[in-house]
Amino acid sequence: MTILFGVPLSVLLGQLLLGLINGAFYALLSLGLAIIFGLLRIINFAHGALYMLGAFVTLLSLQYLGVNYWFALFLAPLSVGLIGMLIEKYLLRRITGEDHLYGLLLTFGLALIIEGVFVKLFGVSGSSYPMPDALKGGFNLGFMFLPKYRAWVIVAALIVCFVTWYMIERTRLGSYLRAGTENPKLMQAFGINVPLLITLTYGYGAALAAFAGVLAAPIYPVSPGMGANLLIVVFAVVVIGGMGSIMGAIVTGLLMGLIEGLTKVFYPEAANTVVFLVMVLVLLVRPAGLFGKET
Amino acid sequence: MKGLRKAIALVVAAGLLSSTAQAAISDDEIRIGYLADMSGTYRDLSGPGGLESLKMAVEDFGGQVNGKKIVIFNADDLNKPDVGANTVRQWIDEKNVDVVTGLVATSVVMAVNKIVEQENKLALISGSASSALTNEFCSPNHIHWVYDTYALSNGTAHAVLQEGGKDWFILAADYAFGHALEADITKVIEAEGGKVVGKVRHPFPSNDFSSYILQAQGSGAEVVALANAGADLVNALQTASQFGLSQSGQKLAGMVVFLNDVHSMGLEVTQGLMLTTGWYWDMNDETREWAQRYHKRVGRMPTMAQAGVYSSTIHYLNAVKATDSDDSQVVRSKMIETPINDMFAKNGKIREDGRMVHDMYLAQVKTPAESKSEWDLYNILRTIPGEQAYRSLADSQCKLIKN
Repeated sequence: MTILFGVPLSVLLGQLLLGLINGAFYALLSLGLAIIFGLLRIINFAHGALYMLGAFVTLLSLQYLGVNYWFALFLAPLSVGLIGMLIEKYLLRRITGEDHLYGLLLTFGLALIIEGVFVKLFGVSGSSYPMPDALKGGFNLGFMFLPKYRAWVIVAALIVCFVTWYMIERTRLGSYLRAGTENPKLMQAFGINVPLLITLTYGYGAALAAFAGVLAAPIYPVSPGMGANLLIVVFAVVVIGGMGSIMGAIVTGLLMGLIEGLTKVFYPEAANTVVFLVMVLVLLVRPAGLFGKET
Repeated sequence: MKGLRKAIALVVAAGLLSSTAQAAISDDEIRIGYLADMSGTYRDLSGPGGLESLKMAVEDFGGQVNGKKIVIFNADDLNKPDVGANTVRQWIDEKNVDVVTGLVATSVVMAVNKIVEQENKLALISGSASSALTNEFCSPNHIHWVYDTYALSNGTAHAVLQEGGKDWFILAADYAFGHALEADITKVIEAEGGKVVGKVRHPFPSNDFSSYILQAQGSGAEVVALANAGADLVNALQTASQFGLSQSGQKLAGMVVFLNDVHSMGLEVTQGLMLTTGWYWDMNDETREWAQRYHKRVGRMPTMAQAGVYSSTIHYLNAVKATDSDDSQVVRSKMIETPINDMFAKNGKIREDGRMVHDMYLAQVKTPAESKSEWDLYNILRTIPGEQAYRSLADSQCKLIKN
């Protein structure tokens, strides 16, 4: 067996694969954050709560309406996306043009309220969501046992990430979006409905968070605090990638998953810190982030 | 000289007067403060349910002792030592609270204990895990009621070792609580001829355990011990089930497992898990009857910590009644003197170090087929006598014990 840095190669491969899977979650979540920041200039602290909402819609729609997992993959992003649009239209709209701090505080407050209500209703222990039958079991890869569901997570997340990237970077709608980011006044003058575009963008970002929530439901405990724990790491990912950079968010998300995976083998005590360490280094060397434009 | 003697006599008389005053019930009320995590990680294990349990105890006493009213205060400690300490300081200074109960996160309890000791009040600890509370951090002003890390790890590790699991892998939370558990388990394993073949300390809290579970799988250990609690434990168990840890022949042993954890994960994930518990609702008619009353009020079955709040409060109020005093030392002596016989414990005894020693139970989580109802979760395998379960006084570092 090949040994690399004192660790068998097979073990290392397994850990890298797991890191990539965690990275897929980071990518999905940071992508939503990046899109929202790109157009709205809002640091969306409610993102974790929206992710949690996605998981809860999945769980509750199964318990009360008998909606299965595959249908929830559409239902949760749609309903949470709608909630997102309402938040944008009735709350965030009011503070357009104000300092970043206002948006941050508003969304942070929202997150606290949403999470508090869920704690009151469902307690903190959380519940588990049954694994969909088609994705039970796993593959024996020789170097590790890979549960089918984890393989599905990475495929689904990557598809959604790249479809989103394509929409924004390669389509007409995406070009409006990017133009709106650069100069909203000029866009308005061209007859583009920028307010609607902004509402839809926030809704889409929320839907992405909810989609990640659906993916998470069968493998992590569905609990009111699940988003808050993840959010700070995801923010670090966005900062490393460069605030507002779409490809930056995706690539950095996957990369940080890998780095974290390696840390868990060589020095597990630092697994929660390593992403922030990278963030500090990147900020020192390249303040705009790995993929951000230096201004 | 004569004047001085008179003054001394006055001071002594005043001292005597005040000490006889203490032997009565102060303010003509018994004031109980319930401090717990009401909104965070430990909410379901103690939280509002524990408060309800306290109210049940007070109601069962008719709301008064020897004609003196019982008053309850409650607050959320947010799992923050400073918040907890400030609350208790205020309770004692402004409300003249006599006893503090609930008490979950060890860090909070340590801070609260200091104040309670300074002010010579009493603390009845139900939720907290650390065995240090009655060891190096013992005091004459608190009593640790339900369980501790020593009893839980000792009970479970011993049982699993007897079944033949010799090679262990330990997954521990990387903070004081996890380290203490890790040390306690390691001691038991090595004392009984087992071996720790690998261990990982994971950051607290962690989002994803797949990497650690994979390392445990690769270690070749027969038993994987989980030295963490709450959300981390739930998460680790769920991941272990997805990666087929049990199918590949490894046994899981949870060290600090509560009823709400098992209920939350469901039996599909937790079946077969061995654990030690201080109490379980479905043990006999007495426990069932009390648990059903609780269930009617709260909508969930009580955890051992929540049941412990009831038991410790009743025992406290009985001692107040017998001594007609709410002075902490008078009541404490009476509590130590009287054995505990209620729905929670049979022949339980409070030791001088503040440890309430009672029988513990080795339990195994039922399979979905065995379980008949939502809360029918454990098979009680055997009773671990209190003297075996808890750290013996001979090994104690407590300053109240002369070794």
